[in-house]
Amino acid sequence: MKWSDDFTSEQKIQLTNALQSVKDPEIDSISIIELGMVDRVERNAQELTIYMLPTFMGCPALDIIKSNVLKAVSQLVWIDQTMVSFINDPPWTSERVTEVGRERLKEFGISPPPKHFSMSGEWHVQCPYCDSTYTAMDNIFGPTACRSILYCKSCKNPFEAMKPVSTMM
Amino acid sequence: MTDQTKEASNQALIELLYQLADDDFILAYRGSEWLGLAPHIEEDVAYSSINQDTMGHATMYYHLLEELGEGQMDDLAHAREASKRKNAIILERVNGPGHYLKEPRYDWALAVVRHYYYSQAKKIKIDSLKSSSYKPLADVAVKVSMELYYHLMHWNVWFKQLIEAGGEATERMEAAIEVVRADFGDVLSLGPLGEDMTKLGLIEKEEHLKKRFQEKMTPVFESLGLLYNSELGQRSGKGRQGEHTEDLQDALKTLSEVYDSNPVAVW
Repeated sequence: MKWSDDFTSEQKIQLTNALQSVKDPEIDSISIIELGMVDRVERNAQELTIYMLPTFMGCPALDIIKSNVLKAVSQLVWIDQTMVSFINDPPWTSERVTEVGRERLKEFGISPPPKHFSMSGEWHVQCPYCDSTYTAMDNIFGPTACRSILYCKSCKNPFEAMKPVSTMM
Repeated sequence: MTDQTKEASNQALIELLYQLADDDFILAYRGSEWLGLAPHIEEDVAYSSINQDTMGHATMYYHLLEELGEGQMDDLAHAREASKRKNAIILERVNGPGHYLKEPRYDWALAVVRHYYYSQAKKIKIDSLKSSSYKPLADVAVKVSMELYYHLMHWNVWFKQLIEAGGEATERMEAAIEVVRADFGDVLSLGPLGEDMTKLGLIEKEEHLKKRFQEKMTPVFESLGLLYNSELGQRSGKGRQGEHTEDLQDALKTLSEVYDSNPVAVW
C-alpha cells in the first residue's frame, strides 16, 4: 500500500485501521489490506482517493467492498470526501496476499495461494487444517471466482484453496 | 492529429471495444442458460464460474466504452437492439432445441466445441491486446488473461476427452466442429474498420490473428488423429456489421426483460 506525501503518520495509522476493518464480504477473516487489494491512497486537502485492485473481474462483492470502505473512512474527521476507484494497473495477483493474510485465509478453511506461480502448472496445496500435502483437486472452479475445491486425503476434510493468478498467465 | 483523424481513430477503438464486449456478453449469457443442466454438478459449478468471469470481462469493455462517452454501461449491455450488436453470430446461436425452462434438449458437444474454439481465439486476441496502444485496454487484457488461463485449461480437457471417447461422443463432437467452423471466421474478423485498428496499434492484423489460430489448432487436431480444416467460414452472415439471427433477438428479449421493466432502477 502506497501513500501520497501529504499524510501525517497519525493519519496513516488512522486510515490503515479504518481500511483494516473492512473485510472480504465472503471471507470475513481477511481484510482488504491483507488481500493486497489496496494499491495506493492519495490526499488532496480534505479529499481522499483510494485506488483499489479487483481480484477477479466478475466479482460481485466489489460494490459491497466499495461501500464498506466509504463507511469505514467516513468516521475520520479530517476527511470531507472519499472516492474509491477500481484500477487494473497494476493487476491484482495472488502474490499480493500478505503473510498475515495467508494465515487469515487458513483460519477460514481456505488454503493460501502458492507464493510463486510456475508455468509448469505444478501447484502443491497444503490442507489448511492439518498441513498435509496429501490432497487432491476436486474442482478448480469453486463457490466463488477466486476459489477452488479440494479434498485432504490425510484428515479426510474437504477444503478450498485460493486460485493462483499471475501476470505470467 | 487533425480532428478528422482523431475522429477516425476513436471510431476504430469504439468498434473494437463493442466487438470484444458483445462477444463475451452473449456467450456468457448462452452459458448461463446451462445453469442446472450441465452434465454433472462439478461442471455446473465450473461452467457458471466461467460465465461469471466472462460476463465480468464484458463489463470491463462496456466500462471502457462508457468512459469514451458511449453511454451508461447497463444500457449498452441491455438496451441496444440486435442490429447495433457487433458479436460474432456463432456466439449468439441457441444451445440446442427447446427452452431452458421447458424441455431443454441442449447440445453439450456444441457447448464444448464453441467454448474451446472461442477460448483459443480469445487468448490470441488478448495476447495481442496486451500491447495495445490504448493503455486502458492493454491493462484490461492483462487481467482477462489471468482468468482465461483457467477457462482454456477447462475446455481443453473436455474437448480432448470427448473426442477421444469414441462412439456417439466422437461423432457428436465432429458434427459440432463442423457447425462451429462454418461460422468461426466471424469471430476472428475485425470487421470493416479492421485496418484502422491495426494502423493505430490497437490490435494486430486480422490475418496474423487467423494465422496464429491455425498454428494453435493444427497440432491439437493432429494429436487427436483428426485433420484440421482451416477454412473458417461466415455462413450465417457478418456479425461485425450488425448482421444477426433471430436467436439474438430472442436472447435480448429474455435477458433484458427485468431491465426493461424499469430502466432507471438501480440494482
